[in-house]
Amino acid sequence: MQAWHFSETAYPYLPPADSYPSIRVSLPNKHYDPEKGADLYDRYLKEWQIAEEEGLNIMLNEHHQTATCVDPAAPLMLAALARLTSKARLLILGNPGANRRQPVRIAEEMAMIDVLSRGRVEVGFVRGVPYEISPANSNPVRMNERLWEAIDLIVRAWTNHDGPVSHEGRFFHHRNINIWPRVYQTPHPPIWVSTTSAGGARQVGEKGYIQATFLTGFEATRKIYDSYRAGWRASGFGNDVPIDRLAYAAIVYVGKTEEEAYRGAEKLLWYITANKVAPQFANPPGYVPVAGNVAMMRGASHPLSEFAKGASVEAAIKAGFLFAGTADQVYEQFKRHYGYVGGYGHLLLMGQAGFLEHEDTVAGIRNFARDVYPRIQAEFPDTTISGTYADVPPAPPEHALLSRPASMGAQVMDARPMTPLGAARGA
Amino acid sequence: MKRDVIRLGETEIEVHEEGSGQPVLFLHGAGGFNPKEPHVPLIAKHRRIICPSHPGFGKSALPDWVDNVDDIAHMYLDLMDQYGIAKADIIGCSMGGWITAEMLTKAPERFGKVILVSPVGVKLGPVDKLDIPDIYTMSPPDVPKLLYHDPSLFPFDPSKLSDEELSVFVRNRESTALFVWEPYMHNPKLPHRLYRVTAPTLFIRGESDGLVSAHYVEGYAKLFKSSRIETVAKAGHVPHVEQPAAFAKLVNDFLA
Repeated sequence: MQAWHFSETAYPYLPPADSYPSIRVSLPNKHYDPEKGADLYDRYLKEWQIAEEEGLNIMLNEHHQTATCVDPAAPLMLAALARLTSKARLLILGNPGANRRQPVRIAEEMAMIDVLSRGRVEVGFVRGVPYEISPANSNPVRMNERLWEAIDLIVRAWTNHDGPVSHEGRFFHHRNINIWPRVYQTPHPPIWVSTTSAGGARQVGEKGYIQATFLTGFEATRKIYDSYRAGWRASGFGNDVPIDRLAYAAIVYVGKTEEEAYRGAEKLLWYITANKVAPQFANPPGYVPVAGNVAMMRGASHPLSEFAKGASVEAAIKAGFLFAGTADQVYEQFKRHYGYVGGYGHLLLMGQAGFLEHEDTVAGIRNFARDVYPRIQAEFPDTTISGTYADVPPAPPEHALLSRPASMGAQVMDARPMTPLGAARGA
Repeated sequence: MKRDVIRLGETEIEVHEEGSGQPVLFLHGAGGFNPKEPHVPLIAKHRRIICPSHPGFGKSALPDWVDNVDDIAHMYLDLMDQYGIAKADIIGCSMGGWITAEMLTKAPERFGKVILVSPVGVKLGPVDKLDIPDIYTMSPPDVPKLLYHDPSLFPFDPSKLSDEELSVFVRNRESTALFVWEPYMHNPKLPHRLYRVTAPTLFIRGESDGLVSAHYVEGYAKLFKSSRIETVAKAGHVPHVEQPAAFAKLVNDFLA
């Protein structure tokens, strides 16, 4: 089991949510104070360094024109981390391959950071959430096709060492591909692709890349991993799918006490509840397949957007996208989820969001790294074969659940209007 | 009235046909072709009106290689060949007007009279201002306000549509995005090619059109050697839908 500390480097100091229609795409950057922003960058980088000291790996991602993730050029942050760290693996998840015009440039950036870090980079690719379309001025139709062509082209750029080669594809054209530096790792850095749909996962499985899925809980995660394995087997990689091919991203907070854990976890739910996105950005035409859009017009909604309407720590734990509590409770919750979905080799920990302050973030990282990580590393080794289901119901047992501490008073729900978090985040 | 599927190259295109007499092509806008719209029979009283659904619209196929209005223009010149139409009149609405303009630049000799209804396709204004408002960054309820003089007469109610109709609606919207996304609603080359067009051209604009401004239509019309502009009262971007009788009268008079 490999654990990765992940922060979206949010800028939480915003005006009241009812004063703007969307936290993404159109929120004016007059609300961003560069002094505060610089302090936040210092702090988030420091937290990644602490995660490394504690034996965790590092993950970062990229979003654009949003206060939820002020890392619009993740390779730059990755390059900084390459020099600020020395041991941790560095995962960028990922490069928005369908939204960048020049895949060879991505190949160059990743190769450069691979050398700067002496081979510690893991390169992820994402189709990108729908609200990335407008900032990139990217056509929402045929994104998957563009993404896969970009990935193939990047792998070719990494693995070609004998002078210029050419690529004349459906979407990208390069006549002289001959990148310097070449990548440090042989044949190239591990490749990750995130998708939250079963169809997307099959495609990733066919390539044998590492499949990451975000906040998909119990049932959907199981389907995604099943589909990945079907793709893997169809490509002739063998019947056994190594556990290190699969990753799950959850919001995670470990406290010394239940109360501490509850407070931390509730702050982390900002990641879901603050994601107020105007519908035109959440569902541009062509992003969701026709049948999916028809279903939405008939009233279907995304599980996360349903959740956001009544977000609570309790519900998030039961749904399987929050692991929070004391070390024992988090261990139980994790084990339950792992067993139910058939196992995974990477846990991506959303360990900082919104108003979770530095001290609390660091405490959460340390509590996880010291009191949970060693146990799950020992119990779920990297050599496991995926796809063995534990005979457990999805819901954790009562003693592994958190409940709201009496000292905290009643939960004040944020009544602002919510729109789907990625509508249907199909990839 | 008949509905055909024809093959243009490798692309299957559905075509609605109505009426008899001299052929007039009718190229629909982003909403797709709807044979129930009342302007169709009003024009078909006088002419043979031929209405293809663009690739990716209605039941027409959308091959992987098609992603550009120019592709559609080539297909429709082929459609004229297949129908044995050496020369036709043509009506294009909105995005269909753009396709029409592209066809005119490729084969100006094949068109008699031309009607462009709230057409898009050219960029005339400054670099830091969109000629056509960005419908993809607007709040969805705001879009009908630009399309219609009186949006209350055209409520959108998915529960009144079958799954098949709703699928066509969604697919039309997706295909529109594919074709108009970038450069937004225009081909930068088009204004420089329109000098070839000699056909008499009528521009029709709804007075309340919130997408295509009067200023834009005036600029567009100046790119044509022989053009004039008619404005339809109490109509927005789709005057043929909102004021079918007034629209059909303008069309029939001009084509007569």
